[in-house]
Amino acid sequence: MATTPTSTPPPKVNRIGLQVVDYRGGKTTLCAGCGHNAISERIIDAMYEMGVKPERVAKFSGIGCSSKSPAYFMNRSHSFNSVHGRMPAVATGAMLANKDLIALGVTGDGDTVSIGAGQFVHLMRRNLPIIYVLEDNGCYGLTKGQFSATADIGSTLKTGIANDLPPIDTCALAIQLGATFVGRSFSGDKKQLHSMLKAAIAHKGTVMLDVVSPCVTFNDHEGSTKSYKYMQAHEEPLHDINFVPAFEEINVDYDPGTTFEVTMHDGSRLRLRKLEEAYDPTDKINAVRRLMESHAKGDVLTGVFYINAQAPSFIDMLNVTDEPLATLPESAVRPGREALDAIMEELR
Amino acid sequence: MATTDVVPRESSGQPGQAPVFNDMSIQVATVNGSGSQSSNSVLLRSIFQMGVPISGKNLFPSNIAGLPTWYTIRANKDGYIARKKEIDFLVAMNSETAQEDVKSLAPGAAVLYDEPLGLDKLRSDLIFYSVPYDKLVAPVCPEAKLRKLVKNMIYVGVVAHLLEVDLAEVEKALRKQFARKAKAANLNWAAAKAGYDYAVANLVKRDPFYIRRMDKTQGKIIIDGNSAAALGCMFAGCTVVTWYPITPSSSLVETMIEYMKEYRIGPDGKATFAIVQAEDELAAIGMVIGAGWAGARSMTATAGPGISLMAEFTGLAYYVEVPAVIWDIQRVGPSTGLPTRTAQGDILSTAFLSHGDTKHIMLFPNSVSECFTMAQDAFDLAEHFQTPVFVMSDLDLGMNNWMSDPFPYPDKPIKRGKVLSKEDLEKLGSFARYKDIDGDGVGYRTLPGTDHPAAAWFARGSGHNEKAQYSERPDDFERNMERINKKFETARSFVPRPELTGTGKAEVGMLAYGTSHWAIVEACDQLRREYNVEADYLRIRAYPFTREVHDFVERHDRVYVVEQNRDAQMASLLKLDINAELVTRVRSICHIHGLPIDARSVTDELMMMEGK
Repeated sequence: MATTPTSTPPPKVNRIGLQVVDYRGGKTTLCAGCGHNAISERIIDAMYEMGVKPERVAKFSGIGCSSKSPAYFMNRSHSFNSVHGRMPAVATGAMLANKDLIALGVTGDGDTVSIGAGQFVHLMRRNLPIIYVLEDNGCYGLTKGQFSATADIGSTLKTGIANDLPPIDTCALAIQLGATFVGRSFSGDKKQLHSMLKAAIAHKGTVMLDVVSPCVTFNDHEGSTKSYKYMQAHEEPLHDINFVPAFEEINVDYDPGTTFEVTMHDGSRLRLRKLEEAYDPTDKINAVRRLMESHAKGDVLTGVFYINAQAPSFIDMLNVTDEPLATLPESAVRPGREALDAIMEELR
Repeated sequence: MATTDVVPRESSGQPGQAPVFNDMSIQVATVNGSGSQSSNSVLLRSIFQMGVPISGKNLFPSNIAGLPTWYTIRANKDGYIARKKEIDFLVAMNSETAQEDVKSLAPGAAVLYDEPLGLDKLRSDLIFYSVPYDKLVAPVCPEAKLRKLVKNMIYVGVVAHLLEVDLAEVEKALRKQFARKAKAANLNWAAAKAGYDYAVANLVKRDPFYIRRMDKTQGKIIIDGNSAAALGCMFAGCTVVTWYPITPSSSLVETMIEYMKEYRIGPDGKATFAIVQAEDELAAIGMVIGAGWAGARSMTATAGPGISLMAEFTGLAYYVEVPAVIWDIQRVGPSTGLPTRTAQGDILSTAFLSHGDTKHIMLFPNSVSECFTMAQDAFDLAEHFQTPVFVMSDLDLGMNNWMSDPFPYPDKPIKRGKVLSKEDLEKLGSFARYKDIDGDGVGYRTLPGTDHPAAAWFARGSGHNEKAQYSERPDDFERNMERINKKFETARSFVPRPELTGTGKAEVGMLAYGTSHWAIVEACDQLRREYNVEADYLRIRAYPFTREVHDFVERHDRVYVVEQNRDAQMASLLKLDINAELVTRVRSICHIHGLPIDARSVTDELMMMEGK
């Protein structure tokens, strides 16, 4: 039986036979229109299209609105919602235990740039393999709208109070500290964020994506520089981003005069079509200069600012054995009797 | 009544007094960074090789070079290796402290001093020997800049002659000390020999102290507690170590790195471990928890200030139920306190570390041997109960050299606790992370990376139900907290049991833990010998308390809890645990001066409290 042809087409599946629904999570409890929800959607799409096995992904977060969001995508992945500002340590430990995991960290500007600044700094310099998504809205949403350390000078709260301290540019910081894939996007820029996330999945090392993600409840008003309106007026993309995964045939050539191509660790290609003359995303010094110039003009530069697809990751440098440390058998982790005898003899 | 009226002086010989064999305390006063550590180790080992039980305790400043430091060697034929209060033989090498050091000696003690210090004018009731170190060092050490380091070895030769330590044993100990440095070995040996020869030709023995060959150290090893812990962790199958340097715990991980590099490289030439120096203690414990959640046997080592910093993360591990092993090599707090002195001052803060209702399993090693064995206990308990386990060592145990029987090869297989595999999930279909299936409070977990669609669960420090889903429901919260408490109650019968010394029928009971043990053993003998007081002694080895601890309090009229802190921290934990009517039986003997506790102080205080 069951040979009767049906009119409904077979469900659409990705290269490992999973449907997009297999990448979904619980229902969001964030505000309607929150930029974070759009980012969760982009993560689902990118993971689905890249054919990442959900069971291999480990999601990490700290505390705050953004850090709640791992519950709203990829239910088939393990997740660890840890303590405020200290997700990097938890993710690092997990990757030491099992280097086969694909680590995805979700954090916010409060979680990363204030309480978690120390851990952020050291995560970047280790180049741990992790996709670190910073959902940046310039304020503390969960405690009702106080300024964060990414708020621009002069931007105002809903109450009218102006911020008088300079913002920390997480991208400039990450580039200086040693992250090997650094970019900024906007939760409302569906196409760009989607391409960047797919490239991030192909990267082996720390990917730091600062995604401006407006807080519709506390920071989307006139006077905010993290609002939808401000971003629509001031987003300044560096390039058009096109990502060609390793498993896809490349059938379109590119013009090296107008496009910068990066071959990723797994053979994927990241193609950045230049919107401005001669931007080279492998030049750290220029990247930081360009970020500062843009900020001085009140613009929000987006795109892949810096990439080094060949740098050794933290796990490479530790020279750990191929099998995950977590599940090594006793025979591999307990030296033999003769080892203890030799040590005891030395101590006599 | 002054207890000194009845307590005989121990081996503080008067001139012309009968010889004292194998029972003395030698103190060497030097300057930090002057190479005295090598000389002290050689002297300690020489006496050990003579078959005499020894202990060596380093009293050092929080400083790299220049401040005074004292090293005390106790040699005792009966095997008492606690710190001894009285100094019998002072080696005064430090001009800054020499006068005060000499003034504090009991009459009849011997003093070996650097000739220019002229200490013999200070007192007439001591036995003085002077040595012109600068004159002796020049011919044996042509390089002037090395003389400061070699000078200390001269005293080893002098002391060897005066105490009649076999010079061949000195040479053997010295060659072992400098095993990988032939030039340094020869230079130092020449210095020791010069001291010995000088003493033979110039010093007339007038003190009563002698080392005589015995056979009480045959087959034994010498090791510090931190190295023993490092070995224990290596043989317990630890795979992830994340740490932040802090005195007195740093040497635990540093030694572990050395051992792991030698013994834990797989056939592929790659490491079966990862050791990472974190940016601070918060990150160190965070990494331990991340690794424990992902299935590794993970640990860190720290001291009091680190424990304070780890409080928030410890609560997360407790509530999310992640295994973690934390070594606390206790030093003197509060705050920075005395970073290079010993204490048992983190007991209460660790027992309840973190906000909300939390309580943690603690183990209390008393010896280097237990540092080794409790390492595996700690990992087994952490993974069995899916919770942080603290091993409460201290500076005295961790950083000083102790003699011990060789460590036995672990006889228990490594147990990883309740972890569901892909195959288990195929049979079960699904699972609830925090459901108490077995009635012991311990749920089943899966590790990230488990290749099954039902494997994932959401680890969160916020309120959750049996299925690890977010929940603020009062009934979910209460049920979950009660189940976690059940784990703690179950642990009472899994943790290391206490150790009883005595018949169990005496009126007086003593409770102690960790390094206080060595003073208690000696104090029990002093009580019996000097006061005819029989005391039973129960050594606590773990928290939560097992049944035996409760029984011990029930069976004794007066229970003295001896510990090295001000606030009677273990006694306080005990009072929370025992029946209310027994609380008045508990009395406290507390020491907080930063030096290892000694038997005489315990005996004196106990007799005073006994009203005798």
